[in-house]
Amino acid sequence: MVLEFKDLFVSVEGNTILKGINLKVKTGETHAIMGPNATGKSTLAQVCMGHPKYNIESGEILLDGKVINNKSVDERARMGIFLAMQNPIEVPGVTNFDFIKAALQKRMKKDEHLRIGKFILKFEAASQALDMGKGLAHRFLNQGFSGGEKKRNEILQMEMLTPKFAFLDEIDSGLDVDALKLVGEHVTKQKSADLGLILITHYQRLLDYIEPDFVHIMINGQIVKTGKNELITKIDQEGYEWVKTELGIEEDEDKPYSLGNCPTKSLV
Amino acid sequence: MSDKKDFDYNKDYKYGFKTETKSIRETKRGLSEAVVREISMIKEEPKWMLDVRLDALKTFYEMKNPSWGPDLSEIDFNDIIYYIKPSNKVEKDWQDVPEEIKETFNKLGIPEAEQKYLSGVTTQFESEAVYHNTIKELNDLGVIFLDTDSALKEYPDLFKEYFTKAVPYKDNKYAALNTAVWSGGSFIYVPKGVEIKKPLQSYFRINSERMGQFERTMIIVDDEATLNYVEGCTAPIYSNSSLHAAVVEIYVKKHAKCRYSTVQNWSTNINNLVTKRSIVEDYGHMEWIDGNIGSGINMKYPSCILKGDYAKGTTITIAFAGKNQYQDTGAKMIHIGKNTTSKVVSKSIATRGGKVNYRGLVSQEGDAENAKATIECDTILIDRDSTSDTIPTNIVKNFKGQIEHEATVSKVSDEELFYLMSRGLSEVEAKEMIVMGFIEPFARELPMEYAVELNQLIKLEMTDSIG
Repeated sequence: MVLEFKDLFVSVEGNTILKGINLKVKTGETHAIMGPNATGKSTLAQVCMGHPKYNIESGEILLDGKVINNKSVDERARMGIFLAMQNPIEVPGVTNFDFIKAALQKRMKKDEHLRIGKFILKFEAASQALDMGKGLAHRFLNQGFSGGEKKRNEILQMEMLTPKFAFLDEIDSGLDVDALKLVGEHVTKQKSADLGLILITHYQRLLDYIEPDFVHIMINGQIVKTGKNELITKIDQEGYEWVKTELGIEEDEDKPYSLGNCPTKSLV
Repeated sequence: MSDKKDFDYNKDYKYGFKTETKSIRETKRGLSEAVVREISMIKEEPKWMLDVRLDALKTFYEMKNPSWGPDLSEIDFNDIIYYIKPSNKVEKDWQDVPEEIKETFNKLGIPEAEQKYLSGVTTQFESEAVYHNTIKELNDLGVIFLDTDSALKEYPDLFKEYFTKAVPYKDNKYAALNTAVWSGGSFIYVPKGVEIKKPLQSYFRINSERMGQFERTMIIVDDEATLNYVEGCTAPIYSNSSLHAAVVEIYVKKHAKCRYSTVQNWSTNINNLVTKRSIVEDYGHMEWIDGNIGSGINMKYPSCILKGDYAKGTTITIAFAGKNQYQDTGAKMIHIGKNTTSKVVSKSIATRGGKVNYRGLVSQEGDAENAKATIECDTILIDRDSTSDTIPTNIVKNFKGQIEHEATVSKVSDEELFYLMSRGLSEVEAKEMIVMGFIEPFARELPMEYAVELNQLIKLEMTDSIG
């Protein structure tokens, strides 16, 4: 399958965030999208998932050549798009088990039934592999989870729901070194010819464990450079300034005006 | 969304069917001294009971409607039939219950539930119990489980000792009305040290339009005894309203434990104005598990008077207000004894323009040293048309008491929906899941069958709420 963004312009509350995104991801490929803060990386993931906050001004999101711009969030999910979120929501009273079970049942065809035994085994194995502790199935969805647990739970959901395209949005933030290694290696195990991965990250460290096939650098709502591993190394050593200089990119004009540090102090 | 469907409450309220029945006897429409005398006469009551009824009627006329909550001025007391006798006697065998009435309870699944998981059942149709049975073991242990009218005849002294002691008829206008025209209800006495494992259940059904059901339930759990009591109620859909004004009096003796679970699911043409109160003695524990899904106007504040030292009160309550519903519910905890503890957990949900209030009172009296109370009330609003108020009153009259109060009001947010939908659930399913999770602390306390039922009810209400 192919997930494709064509000349995509996206705004939120009147501000244009994505300014002409062109990107093609095939199942079996792993793409990393890197870039400084607030350049639209997460927006791309969210708009692909169909978050109602974002407005597509022009351009298209295509899944196997079919435009999905107007599909609802749940339809997209059932078509095979997944988003491991930066800030997973806590849902008290709903167990992890019931939640994933409901999500899986929703994917079943009319006369299909979820095979509970198989499901439980897979759930427990994934839970163990991600070091989530034994009671995970009966804990409420993300409630009282540490930042790292929430991230690992996202990966577990991905594994259970077997999407075709999965965005991992800063899955590395909030993870310590050991957890990062665990998550990274676990995601790498999920890699297959049927899964397209899009990793969104600031840093190189996640990519030590999940090797991307393509690396894209996003600045000011555009993918300004695409390459391979050598880009990661350079970013890790030199940051993003060189990209801006090389390509002659200037700071956004509509950045909020800053008063600098503690202006009141100097007034007193 | 794709799940949107036309919802017709009259069609989709599962219990909205009515049964064609002929009553054996009913009083003339409207309220009067003559009606009260007639009820007492039909029941062949002792004179003291008639006197109490007549006194209560006077009090009813004198008292005003509550000054808080929903407007009750619409209720026309002269447009109600106060007493309808559906059958000749209380039967012990379903085979002997009149066919149409039996059919009604069959549809409600009562005989089936009785066989599966209950120790005893009373079912009331209109004003009188029509069926009653308990398993033999209970009778052998000396447990009394009767409809309240039979209890008055068979155990007059015990009855008189407790009648109106927890809820005096001067307490409020509807307690007075109930005392004047009461009929039916359950009477339970659990002797010292007896622990009833499987629940006892009563089921109340209003069948007629513009009638009033005024059952009176009295429960006495003697020292070190345990009771688990479950109650359900439904009615058909009518355009004209009916009135349900029950009184429940519970006495929890030393070291005894009583749990009273109910999910009221009246149709929205029923105004439900109920007084429920318990008096708890030393080391006793009263638990109210109180679900409010149905009725148009609902005013209900289950209370615990924690009279003895170390007495304990727990109320877990939910209220769901949909279209044309006004739920004014809550809890009262009155700490009198030393070292008494209470806990209130309230979950309110409003959708489709419904209004839901939490109204609670926690009072720690002068002698209630070291009393501890916690109140946790959470509200969730599903749409912009729905409203909610939280109106707690917390009073501590000594220097050693402690009250913790927590309240939250939240809306189902876009981020929550986005998260759940991003895993493939539709908007309706996502909202349903959030609401089911929200009331989980209540649902987990219910008997399995009731929890399943509650689940379905909420789903039904939620399906309608999108659009």
